[in-house]
Formats: sequence, C-alpha cells, structure tokens
Amino acid sequence: MIEVIDLCKTYHMGDNTVHALKNVNLRIDEGEFVAIIGPSGSGKSTLMNILGCLDVPTSGTYRLFGEEVSRMNDNQLADIRNRRIGFVFQNFNLLQKLTALENVELPLIYRGMGAKERHRRAKAALENVGLGDRLHHKPSELSGGQQQRVAIARALVSEAPLILADEPTGNLDSNAGREILKILKELNDRGSTVVLITHDNSIAMNAKRLIRIQDGEIIEDRKVS
Amino acid sequence: MAIKSILSNKTRSFLTMLGVIIGVGAVIAAVSLALGSTKNIMDSVEALGTNLVQITITGRNSTRDVTYDDLKEFADKNSDYILALAPQVSGSLVVKVGRTNRTVSIIGTSPEYEIVRDRHIQSGRFILDYDLEYRQKVAVIGTAVVNTFFNGRDPVGKDIKLGGQVFKVVGVLEEIAGGKEETSDDQIIIPVTTAQRLMRNSQLRNFSLKVTDAGYIDQVISMIDMFLSKYYSDSNSYRVFSVEQVLSILNTITGIMMVVLGGIAAISLVVGGIGIMNIMLVSVTERTREIGIRKAVGAKKRNILIQFLIEALMVTGIGGVLGIVLGICIIKFVFGSMGIIQEVYSIPWMMISFGIALLVGIVFGIFPAYKAANLHPIEALRYE
Repeated sequence: MIEVIDLCKTYHMGDNTVHALKNVNLRIDEGEFVAIIGPSGSGKSTLMNILGCLDVPTSGTYRLFGEEVSRMNDNQLADIRNRRIGFVFQNFNLLQKLTALENVELPLIYRGMGAKERHRRAKAALENVGLGDRLHHKPSELSGGQQQRVAIARALVSEAPLILADEPTGNLDSNAGREILKILKELNDRGSTVVLITHDNSIAMNAKRLIRIQDGEIIEDRKVS
Repeated sequence: MAIKSILSNKTRSFLTMLGVIIGVGAVIAAVSLALGSTKNIMDSVEALGTNLVQITITGRNSTRDVTYDDLKEFADKNSDYILALAPQVSGSLVVKVGRTNRTVSIIGTSPEYEIVRDRHIQSGRFILDYDLEYRQKVAVIGTAVVNTFFNGRDPVGKDIKLGGQVFKVVGVLEEIAGGKEETSDDQIIIPVTTAQRLMRNSQLRNFSLKVTDAGYIDQVISMIDMFLSKYYSDSNSYRVFSVEQVLSILNTITGIMMVVLGGIAAISLVVGGIGIMNIMLVSVTERTREIGIRKAVGAKKRNILIQFLIEALMVTGIGGVLGIVLGICIIKFVFGSMGIIQEVYSIPWMMISFGIALLVGIVFGIFPAYKAANLHPIEALRYE
C-alpha cells in the first residue's frame, strides 16, 4: 500500500538548509499496525506529513495504493486526504464552533455527500467510539479523551483505509491514552492500516511493527514481540 | 456554514457591515433627494402644458419696442401654428374694499389669456378686446380675493380699489388651488392696457403663447426669433423658451445632482468595502488553524475560497438590504417631514445599489479568500 523510495525532504530556513529526511526507504502493507518512533527533530513528523499527503517530498518517490503521489497536484492530494487517509492529531484539531456530529461530518461535506446520508454515517461513527450520547456537544464540552475519540470517528467516517496518528495520546492522561490505543487496535483488527507516530517506547510497543527514525534516517525496522 | 460564522460574532459582523449599510443608504437617499427636489418644480412646470412658449424681452429698442398689436398681427398671420398669444404685465398692488386691504398679485393681460393659460371663469365674464381698447377699469378676480374682500358673496358688479383706483369686478376665476392666499386663486386679472397705465410699465415684456401642436414648437420658436430680430438687433434682448426646454434643463440638473450625490455615496461604499477586506483578512488569520484542519480532511483550495467568498457576500448582501431599509427610512422620516421635497422611491436604484453592494463583497472579499485558500496545510495546523 505504501511504498517510499529514496525519499528526501529539505527545508531552507534563511541561510540554513535542513535535511529533514535523507533517502528514506519504506514499505507498509495493508492491515499493518506500524509505530514510527524517534526523538523530537528526528524527522518523524515530516515523514508523516508526506505519508499523509499534507506535504510533498523534495525528491524521491512515494506511491500510495500504487499511485505516484509526488507528482500529484493540490486537488488530487486533497482528494486522497479526503477519501483514503484519516488523521488523528496530538491536539485533536477539532473545529471549536461545531458540534461533535458536525465535526465528524466534515470530510463528508467536502465529498459532496447529502445531509441525510452524512448524518447517518457520522452518527454511526460516533456510536462506534462510544460517544453516541454526545453528538451535539461542542469540543469545549468534552474531555480530552472524548475529543480524541471524536477525532478518530472523523478519521473513520470516510472509511479511509489508512489511519495516521501523530502522538495521539500526547495530550491525554494514562487512562484516556489507554482507551485510545485500545480503539486503534480494534480498528486494526477490523482491517484498517494504522501508522502511529510517537516518541514514547511504551506506546510504540502497542503496535505490531516498530520503525525507529533518527536524524532523518531509518535506523531500525523490526517486528514487535 | 456562512451564516453560522456571521452569527458567531454579531458585534463584529454588524460593525463590518456598517460601511455597506451607510453607503447603500446614502446612495438611495441621495438619488431620492435629487429626484424629489426637482419633481415639485417639474410637476408645476409640466402643468403649464407642453404647448406653451414664453417670450421675455429684456432689452430696449432705440426706435420702437414691439407692441401687443405687433405680436397679435404676427400670431394671426401664423394661426396654423399659433393658437393664441397673450401679453402679461405683472405686479402687485394694495387692494381695498371698504376697510379691508391686502396686497394682491395683479396680472394685466388680454382675452387670449383664457386659452393660452387654460384659465376660465366661473361667473361673470373675462376681459374683452373692448376693455383693452378703452383701457377699462375692469377686473376678473380669483376666489381667494372673493373670500378676503367679499366674504364669499357674489362680487360681480361691485367695486374694488386697486392701487387707489376704482375698478369694477366683472368676473370670478375658476378655483384651482383651494381658494387659498398666495396661490393661483389669489390673483386679479385686468386689461393689459389699463395695467400699463396703472403700474407705469408701458413696455410689454412678457408674452405667453400656445402652439397648435407640440410638434410645431421648434418651428414657432425660430419664427418668433426671426420676427423679434427685426426689432432688436441684439439677440440677447429677448428670450424665447418653451416648457419643453425648461423640463429638459431640469432633467439635466437632476441628472447632475444624481451623479454628484451618487458619486459621493459610492465613495463611502468603497470605504466600506476596504473595511470589509480588512476584517476578513483578520478573520482569515484568526482561523488559520481551522483552515488547516479543513484542508487536512480534504478541503480543496476552491472549497476554502468559496467558503470565505460566500461569507463576504453574505455580509455585503445583508448590509445591502439593511442599507435599503435605512435609505427608505431616511426618505420617509427625514425628507417626508421636511416637506420641501416629494418622497420618491426609485426601485431601479435600489436594485442597482444592492448589486453594487454584492460587487463590493466580491471585489473586497476575493483577496482574503484567496489568501485563505492558499495557506499551506502544515503551517496552518501548526499556527497557534
């Protein structure tokens, strides 16, 4: 599903040139549960941004579902983000002025889906993560764990095969964090491909495969026992 | 979606709209002002009838001024074109009956006045050629005069003193303005020859004539021009103009007023638009994170652009409607109560200014919307 070949990403900050990713090679198949671990500044977020089609590589190839992403235009990338990828962020990234239901509907709005169908699917997704009774709450009225669950529901609602989670438990206490990991595991069991970014070893151990990244290069890639 | 974001910060939305509201309201009030202030004048001018031509002689001839007889002969010769011609000597005199006295407007004219000015009598008779020939001291009076001096009783046959001289009332004019003082009912008509003597005004300066058909007006005007040029070498000594000409001048004036006032109002719309652009730019910055999230879940540039553009259009659209309401209120309560001008509501202009408000929304909203659409998703998501 994911094929990364000789991927490089370079930034220019004033006079400095930052090599965020140096010749990264990677392959992830459908149904895998991968944790990408590394210290801050290692390039893991940069890698996720490229995997998630939020950013394009400076050089190299990224193939998603067999399609060459690095040559795609803005609109095509937006389409992939809408249909094929579900994001879960550390700070939840929900729209504060919308209710939980409306937040989850958002990807479907950009797909052009009708209101009735949107409602139905969003409701189902929220029930899936155990928030069927909080449909009309705004994010400010929900706990951290609940907000993250809304974010997961949003990632699910578009039936995206790939879920990218960037430090999903970073802003949660250990209980809530455990719950979120549990949900991610369940999603993986049901067939979703999950890629998790973290700097915490204990969280990484929840996955089935571990990829360690440092200074823009992959230094380890093994199965989790 | 757009309505939600406008309602979420009502104060800010309203203040943003204010420029457009005032601008549109100003355009509508200004147009109404221009149209209404000339309408009164135009209506009374139009009431004179479009077949009317006025001649005014301002200069003097060293040998011989043109007389009533000269003009009458001219009118008779061209009776195919000229229906009737009447001279007018105007002034005001102190009128006395018994102990009552008042200053009233006097018009010295000929029998043709009835036809030329469409002014008829309701009792007695009008001035006759005989009165003119013998400089009779006869008077035809309006109903306001009857009310003041004769207590509404039939005045025909009674005496009336004009400027110290005794006249006999021979007729009463038809009432056309409610019999009130200072209106067309407050007039006394006497023979022009008598008036010339009475008011020491021997040169006839004003003539009105009625054309047989409106199509002949231009012809008649040039005929009169030719005729008078024989008496007065300097063409500035006399003026010939038609009601039509006056109306067209008034239309031009109205037009100029509209352009000037409208232009000023349009400037305020532009200022309002700049205010909108300003606020929208601030709004885009504030919502950077939101835009990033939307892009992350699949919003295309075009989606974001349209979202913000629609918000701008809603602000100007609602502002436009409120502006029209404001304009109507100004017309109704300010102009209406001042009473000097008529209330004129111009629907086409309301449509135009609403359209301009929307245009302002597009023009000043597109730049912020474009900025929003082109935000890089990652930077947007990182924005605090």
